[in-house]
Amino acid sequence: MRKKSRYIPYLLMMPTLALLCWLLIYPVGNVFFTSFRQEMLNRPKQNAFIGMDNYIRIFSDPVFWEALWNSFRWVVSEVLLQMVFGLGLALILKERFRGCGIFRAILFLPWALSGVLVSLLWAMMYYENVGVLNDLLQKLGIISKAVAWTGNKNTAFWSLVIAELWRGIPFFSIMLLASLQTVPEELYEACRADGGGALARLRYVSFPYIKETLVLTTLLRTIWEFNSVDLILNLTGGGPVHKTTTLAVYLANTARRDGNFGYGSALAVISFMILLVLAASYLKLSGFGKEDSL
Amino acid sequence: MRSYLNRKKRVQTFMYLVLILAAVWTLFPFYWTFVTSLKESAEIGAKPISYWPRLLTVENYVQAWKTGGFSGYFRNSLKVALISTFFTVMLSAMDGYALARFQFKGKTFFLLLLLCTQFFPTAMLIIPLFKIYNGAHLINNHWSLILTYTVFHIPFNAALMRSFISGISPSLEEAAMVDGCGRFQAVIHVLFPLLLPGIAAVAAYSFISCWNEYLYALMFVSSDSKYTIPVGLSMTIGEYSINYGQLCAGSMIALIPIILLFMYVQKYMVSGLGAGAIKG
Repeated sequence: MRKKSRYIPYLLMMPTLALLCWLLIYPVGNVFFTSFRQEMLNRPKQNAFIGMDNYIRIFSDPVFWEALWNSFRWVVSEVLLQMVFGLGLALILKERFRGCGIFRAILFLPWALSGVLVSLLWAMMYYENVGVLNDLLQKLGIISKAVAWTGNKNTAFWSLVIAELWRGIPFFSIMLLASLQTVPEELYEACRADGGGALARLRYVSFPYIKETLVLTTLLRTIWEFNSVDLILNLTGGGPVHKTTTLAVYLANTARRDGNFGYGSALAVISFMILLVLAASYLKLSGFGKEDSL
Repeated sequence: MRSYLNRKKRVQTFMYLVLILAAVWTLFPFYWTFVTSLKESAEIGAKPISYWPRLLTVENYVQAWKTGGFSGYFRNSLKVALISTFFTVMLSAMDGYALARFQFKGKTFFLLLLLCTQFFPTAMLIIPLFKIYNGAHLINNHWSLILTYTVFHIPFNAALMRSFISGISPSLEEAAMVDGCGRFQAVIHVLFPLLLPGIAAVAAYSFISCWNEYLYALMFVSSDSKYTIPVGLSMTIGEYSINYGQLCAGSMIALIPIILLFMYVQKYMVSGLGAGAIKG
């Protein structure tokens, strides 16, 4: 009996391991390999090893630099805004009050929606003629003429940021609310008794408990936003004139629209490296996992 | 005491105000799409914009379902999501059981591997996966999606299953095994019923993600009759003359399963998922 059970865990995990090797680990290696080749989906005859050429081309590609900048401002504005609003909502929703179940259900709902559906709901807000936003803002007297929110060079990026914010806040609220609930109620009482105000309670009581979650959720979100394409592809397609092309969108367009697999793979490798450096330095700076948290 | 009560009241009013604002901000896009889906096509483009349909009609739904292709998209999405969910639940339960109930060589390595996979950018893998499926003749086949979704959902759900199973005392299964049950029977008859809430959570979570996935579905499936809902919707947005009413009706159709499932997982999410899953 003892002898037999030694093999059980390996047998149980075998299918998963096989799938992970086939469809996750091998592809990751393959991206690196392909990035040194010329590979076009439509012209397979010209496929060849070309060394560093793809990388050299990337560094002199103006679209790449613009995409890098867009990725940066996309990730920073999304993660920061989502965290601030998410934390605010979580702090309110943590209290027990009438109707808190209903409010939670409503406010968390966008979390479950697909990027395409969110694009659609927001496209219906943003459309120049059919969209409702222009009408609302005109009624409030904020703008005088209808604006093509996603087609205009100056407004496209921030229109996307707002739509993505709508979808992203609930993730932070959910995660932070869950971790706020692990804070023992007595600690708040003690802090109150010592004369601590709301800010002091947040800083000295809640914060130590949610720090770990905060670090992890911001990191996961950073990766997630860096890679998120569905909303951008559907609302603007990366335009107008690359104003909303992030690295991930550039990669997706290079792969799907142009079928340029070699160049796309090189873009993927660079994105991966950026994320890796970002994640490693972030975890190090925040001192994550010092007390054996993983 | 009086000022304390007054203060409390003020704080509460402020809280409700913030919550109501947040609720309006969250619900308004739903409301607008829903209202538009019930309008006649002539009214949708008309000025001034009407915030409630002058004439209610379900014509858009009938059209989206019959001629807009949404019955097909719906069926495809359902098929892909259900099969992927089935495999995800099976495999992650097996992994979770192995990780929760056994000590073995390579356990730490396996856990680390699961964690690492969470950090791979999905966009990075569209090219190599396309090549793999192309070689296996799975392009424009739903199995390419089912395989991809299963692989991408296992790591997180295996960690979730592990924490669920760890929370159930092994003494019950051991007692059953001492009584002459085989390990497999002990798992089926003793562990499985206790694990059902966990399985439901994993299944709901994985179904929602499969139902929503867009990039791979766009990349690997190329014919209209095989599109899943997100791809079908996005193709409709991209058309030159958009039929807004039909588009809005289509998104409402896509929303129904999500809302139903969400109502179930939502309560569960905050208490179970946040703390348990992250710490693995």
